[in-house]
Amino acid sequence: MIFLRLFLTFLKIGAFTFGGGLAAIALIQNEVVEKQGWLTSQEFADIVATSQITPGPVGINTATYTGYTAIVNAGYSEWLGIVGALIASLSVILVPVILMLIVSRFLMKHKDNPIIAAAMSWLRLVIVGLIAAAALLMVTPDTFGHAGPQLWVSISIFAAVFVVSLKFKVSPILLIVLSGVVGGLVYGVIL
Amino acid sequence: MRIHLVNKYYFCRQIQDMPRLRELFWSFFKIGTFTIGGGYAMIPLMEQELVNRRQWIDREAFMDILAVSQAMPGIFAVNMATNVGYRLRGFRGSLAAIIGNIAIPIVIILCIATCFRFLKDNDVFEAIFKGIRPAVVALIAAPVFNMAKTAGIRWRNCWVPIVAAGLIYLLGISPIWIILVTLAAGIIYGHYKEQRKEGV
Repeated sequence: MIFLRLFLTFLKIGAFTFGGGLAAIALIQNEVVEKQGWLTSQEFADIVATSQITPGPVGINTATYTGYTAIVNAGYSEWLGIVGALIASLSVILVPVILMLIVSRFLMKHKDNPIIAAAMSWLRLVIVGLIAAAALLMVTPDTFGHAGPQLWVSISIFAAVFVVSLKFKVSPILLIVLSGVVGGLVYGVIL
Repeated sequence: MRIHLVNKYYFCRQIQDMPRLRELFWSFFKIGTFTIGGGYAMIPLMEQELVNRRQWIDREAFMDILAVSQAMPGIFAVNMATNVGYRLRGFRGSLAAIIGNIAIPIVIILCIATCFRFLKDNDVFEAIFKGIRPAVVALIAAPVFNMAKTAGIRWRNCWVPIVAAGLIYLLGISPIWIILVTLAAGIIYGHYKEQRKEGV
């Protein structure tokens, strides 16, 4: 039953997302693309791009879109795809919201707890590795092209965006739009 | 019930101005709808709306909620909405804030998702996305190096993220196991350190 598996998968993803939208993307990538195989890494890259240039939290956007695509890819209708999108977006926030409610009710005083602080500083180190792994896993022929000109264009775009976003504070939205323009020109007009 | 909530959870300056659910919904609606690029991009807008304009919470409380929302699992913006909504109007307040925060983004994504299915085989569309895909990978990879600084990575502990990435990439171990083990180890270590401090 794919709907139940979708629910449980995103429940798990939500419960273990520590450290922002990229951490959520890393977990979704690992569970949905690597483990379940519901999406190709090409579809996932398109989803992440779309999630970053539309309004709203990136984690929610990615969950919504992934839920839709997973159900439609499994051969169900678009209406059931929308049901899948809602299941994914709601289950990804379910555990955190319950935890937040408990914390808001009882634990706000203990926010400076040294044990939690120690665990968090360790987690922060690990999350960096997690996101690095997600980036590595997304380098596939699906996203970069098999060989020939597309591979070289992809490597150039990757290098340019990597350097610019590392060195300058350029908005990811602008970089995604510019890469889209470059892609449109290179593959649509030149090649 | 209302008075009970006021006494217990409403830590704000102007107690008489208890926000309506509708106002909470609209504030988070604005925050969710007008920020592109995710949770942390919402912080300035949230501060402007909740602290400066509505004056529902003071700056210190805002910083506390921020810290807790970052430390807890989940989508950061939704955690913020849950906590602020709960403080102001209890459980129903948190629901209003959450729904306000994510409703429009979900609708927009659904519109795009259904439209893109028809565009998938379009040549221009495919050309544009061929350019975007490697950029997406770069936009996930580059923050790793910026985050490394804020996470406090030095030469002596840089093996931790490298081993974590290797376990996931090379051995296919689930990130969830790695997070679980790290959490457990961090809590045990923190506990041990606390006990030693008390012993001295």
